[in-house]
Amino acid sequence: MASLKDLRNRIKSVKSTQKITRAMQMVAASKLRRAQEAVEAGRPYAQRMEKVLASLAGSLLGQPGAPGLLVGNGKDDVHLLVVATAERGLCGAFNSSIVRAAIQKIERLKREGKTVKILAVGRKGAIQLRRNYGNLIVDVIEYPGLRQIGFAQAQPVAERIIAMFEAGEFDVCSLFYNRFQSVISQIVTEIQLIPAQIPEVPAGSINEGLGLAVYEFEPDEETILRELLPRNLAVQVLRALQENAASEQGARMSAMDNATRNAGELINGLTLTYNRTRQAVITTELIEIIAGAEAL
Amino acid sequence: MADTLSFELVSPDRLLMSAQVEAVMVPGTEGDMTVMPGHMPLISTLRAAVVDVYATWGGAPSTRIFVRGGFVDVTGDRITLLAEHATNLAELDRAALAQEVRNAAEDVSLAKTDADRARAQALHDSLNELLSAVE
Repeated sequence: MASLKDLRNRIKSVKSTQKITRAMQMVAASKLRRAQEAVEAGRPYAQRMEKVLASLAGSLLGQPGAPGLLVGNGKDDVHLLVVATAERGLCGAFNSSIVRAAIQKIERLKREGKTVKILAVGRKGAIQLRRNYGNLIVDVIEYPGLRQIGFAQAQPVAERIIAMFEAGEFDVCSLFYNRFQSVISQIVTEIQLIPAQIPEVPAGSINEGLGLAVYEFEPDEETILRELLPRNLAVQVLRALQENAASEQGARMSAMDNATRNAGELINGLTLTYNRTRQAVITTELIEIIAGAEAL
Repeated sequence: MADTLSFELVSPDRLLMSAQVEAVMVPGTEGDMTVMPGHMPLISTLRAAVVDVYATWGGAPSTRIFVRGGFVDVTGDRITLLAEHATNLAELDRAALAQEVRNAAEDVSLAKTDADRARAQALHDSLNELLSAVE
């Protein structure tokens, strides 16, 4: 049986661990609020962008010479997976669930005989993927020590993707991230970036009142679309990163809440054992003294 | 015909401004235009320049905003500006801006590839334009 001193030390160490996890939980809670606000704030832009894009793309889709970002390059052989994860661990299954979804997709594509390339955004996912798919990773983009994800972080990712697409390095691009549903539930989501997925517009909503044909474009549709698509890609990446940031904090918060509770249980158990042992020691000592006195 | 336009300025990070105004002077890539209520539905890309917002038409603009990279969407009595960067001229810090121009100039000289240089040059030019708009 462990000595009293050992037990005391153990209780002390669990208590300090608990302090850390509790602090992390509270930090995550306040960061979560900020991250959620960022997601909210980015919504109007994305919505407007979608609307404009939808009304534009409808008229150009299916026409020859439509931009590659919109319709793809007609092939489906090389897939680029952008896997967005967190920079830090200690956030439950957050990183591994994204990586798991990505791995499933990789395996499926491999079975279909396609080539897979990976662009890892965030350090944690890169580390996990490197173990088995290190040769597939084309690049890792990290954003260490950052407080808030902004457009400045999304832009380089989007530019990188577009540059690779234009160099013909891949045909189809999809992005993996965790969509924030609530503190306890984050949903791994895959969206296809290239060819662009044009949001469905209910038929008639554009053509009623303000017909699409009445829209005037300056310069012309194609030029605008060519400007718009890269920007739309950047916005999608930004949204994914923002959702990811909120999800990460949510996941960390619930993971740390669990850890704090576990530590509490552990401390209770250990304290009980400690007290029992202490009493046993006292009893033994008393018996020894009494036995000694009687022997006189 | 409505008397006012509902004007919205959004950047990827947040909704910057939302107001009822009478006219907006927009710097389109193919020329400046003043959008008033009942304007023809229009989508246009923007130059890096100053947008003048007139809460009441005539006189001085009520708000002047420098925008960079974006486009404008006009439908009937609604005008939406989507800008990558937007700075309200009233809140602009001259010294900070001058510093930014210097940084941009440095970027131009440090750029390694042609594409990088072109991008840095464009940024530098637009910042310069902003600086001259303030003065």
